[in-house]
Amino acid sequence: MALEIAQRASYLESFTEFLKQTSGDTPRWLRDLRERAFARFCAVGFPTSHDEDWRFTNVSALARTPFRLVRQCTAELTASDLVAWRMKDAIVRMVFLDGHFAPGLSTWGALPKGVSVDGLSRAIGNRKQVVTGHLGHYLDIDRDPFSALNTAFVEDGAYVHVSKGVVIEQPIHLLFVSTSNGDPAMTHPRNLIVIEDEGQASLVEDYVSYGAEVPALSNAVTELVAGGNSTVIHTMIEREHLHTYNFSTLRIEQARGASVTSHSLLLGGALVRNNVHPVLAGEGGECSINGLFIGDGQQHLDNYMLVEHASPHCSSRQFYNGILDGHSHGVFHGRIIVHKDAQKTDAKQTNRNLVLSDDAQIDTKPQLEIHADDVKCTHGATIGQIEENALFYLRTRGISETEARRLLLQAFAGECLDRMNPGSVRSYAETLLGQRILTLANPATSENFEESRCKKEDGGRNWKELA
Amino acid sequence: MSLLKIRNLHAEVDGHEILKGIDLTVNAGEVQAIMGPNGSGKSTLAQVLSRRELYKVTAGEITFNGKDLLAMKPEEAACEGVFMAFQYPVEIPGIGNAHFLRSALNAVRRYRGLDEFDAMDFLPYFREKMKLLEMDDKLLSRSVNEGFSGGEKKRNEILQMAVLEPKLAILDETDSGLDIDALRIVAQGVNAMRSPERAMLVVTHYQRLLNYIVPDTVHVLVDGRIVRSGGPELALELEEKGYGSIETETRQAAPASV
Repeated sequence: MALEIAQRASYLESFTEFLKQTSGDTPRWLRDLRERAFARFCAVGFPTSHDEDWRFTNVSALARTPFRLVRQCTAELTASDLVAWRMKDAIVRMVFLDGHFAPGLSTWGALPKGVSVDGLSRAIGNRKQVVTGHLGHYLDIDRDPFSALNTAFVEDGAYVHVSKGVVIEQPIHLLFVSTSNGDPAMTHPRNLIVIEDEGQASLVEDYVSYGAEVPALSNAVTELVAGGNSTVIHTMIEREHLHTYNFSTLRIEQARGASVTSHSLLLGGALVRNNVHPVLAGEGGECSINGLFIGDGQQHLDNYMLVEHASPHCSSRQFYNGILDGHSHGVFHGRIIVHKDAQKTDAKQTNRNLVLSDDAQIDTKPQLEIHADDVKCTHGATIGQIEENALFYLRTRGISETEARRLLLQAFAGECLDRMNPGSVRSYAETLLGQRILTLANPATSENFEESRCKKEDGGRNWKELA
Repeated sequence: MSLLKIRNLHAEVDGHEILKGIDLTVNAGEVQAIMGPNGSGKSTLAQVLSRRELYKVTAGEITFNGKDLLAMKPEEAACEGVFMAFQYPVEIPGIGNAHFLRSALNAVRRYRGLDEFDAMDFLPYFREKMKLLEMDDKLLSRSVNEGFSGGEKKRNEILQMAVLEPKLAILDETDSGLDIDALRIVAQGVNAMRSPERAMLVVTHYQRLLNYIVPDTVHVLVDGRIVRSGGPELALELEEKGYGSIETETRQAAPASV
């Protein structure tokens, strides 16, 4: 049922060129990995809406676009260009320009002993043991063509390794700046995060755009390995411009007693697909997946969760809230698989949505596959509007309609913020969210957003068109 | 000059006419009660005064403090000094009561050209008002009305009134669902707000509340019209005879008034 890769020649050319350019310093195993992944991508092509996992998301416009692989960022950015995206109190800020590590723009604090943070490309050369021991071991390239595509072009991204028992209190900020300014460009950042037993870390993947608003594809994959009794917090923020295709996969492998929390904040992008796929591989693991997606204009925001319980006594929690305005389309697909041996599983899933306009749409789909017999699994989804009663109540107290809407939206979004630990990441998220909600609350600015969006759509790049 | 002047007010909801020509004048310093059976239009009148868009005014006019009230949005009416204590206060999860009260107070102060209160000024101001209503501090940190008991909700309404200091306070069935202790506290809060500059419109089905908040005038609303007006003794008469008698009188009188 796969979609023909309309731009097969373009991908093939990119891949051949990529292999040629990297042939000098690429180890054999990596070359094999890339070739296998590319062959897989060519064999399956892009998914269609006949594919259950892609029922609500149409990627045909993306499939038709000839993307050029960016291996070197041509934009000249200086530290001052990045000031707007500074997160306070981050111990490290790694900057990636079009998926490639830019050490000159990155800033380093005093990292504890036993922590290694570097670009993946450099780590492939000098951290061989960790890289070969983990890279590509968890991601299932057969299940998802975008993961295969990422792996075919795997080259650079973030490498973070935290040794046994080492605790990093402050967050690590990974800032991905997409700078494309000419033809549609694609980047495939690949992050490898390995937290050994009893280690602790908090990481923020932050996707932003710089420069002209031309179509771009960011197809990122993060493999996050959480060792026994480790504690890891991962936060993903998508706020690129409104012509971006942002695909990301967070594949989490949790060992015994590991506690992993994932937060996703989807604010930008034209077509966004956020895959979160934890596997609770060891006993007693805990996993929380929280998210908030806010769409407006023609945005399409797809959240695809796949939580795999592979061991007994693990618990997972999913809380996703969506706010949709304009003609935006939100998707929450929450799949939970409880494997045969995963007795005493405790899994819960909640998706709440606010639909602010008649033209906005949400598809929410829980999918539970339970192969064990002693488990607790619950799921719930709600779709509602801003309550007229509450709005009126606030207004009768002198609060303007815009401010009342803002307060109510903030309260709804606040459910997600409340699940974040107090600290710099949360303040950072709060600020971003506050700005986004302010625009959404004001009917006047919200309409402008819609209008500007529609105008730009006229260029024949509407991804909603059918192939 | 009268504070509130209602002339020939007609209003409908979903195409059903509820108010069929109300005339009412309220002066500053007065407490007037609106009584009436279920469905007579008491709450509709309160909602129209607080500018709920759901209720469509089809004829008539309302002047508040010399201005056209019907041209105002709910927030403008509030800032001009109209306050309604809700019959069913709305629960709003996720918005802290203190934050809500401060947002409301500052919105009103901004409108009136006064300095806004910061978080520090605000708390002592609040605590003083809360003491009057024997309210627990904890109610400030909770979400607006969420999980509040009936009595706590009504006290929270009166607290808002005390904080916003309106010119006209409309109490919509404030006594419903209150036990006698809560009723006494709420009434005490309301009475403390009585002043020569402020008017109150007490909407109630039962006379009980009027033992505590003694009105200057009582109006009886039946089928969207004020059919009788009198002193506090009218409320007692209604309590004794019930609305039945007055409804019968009205029906009999109706042909004559056509």
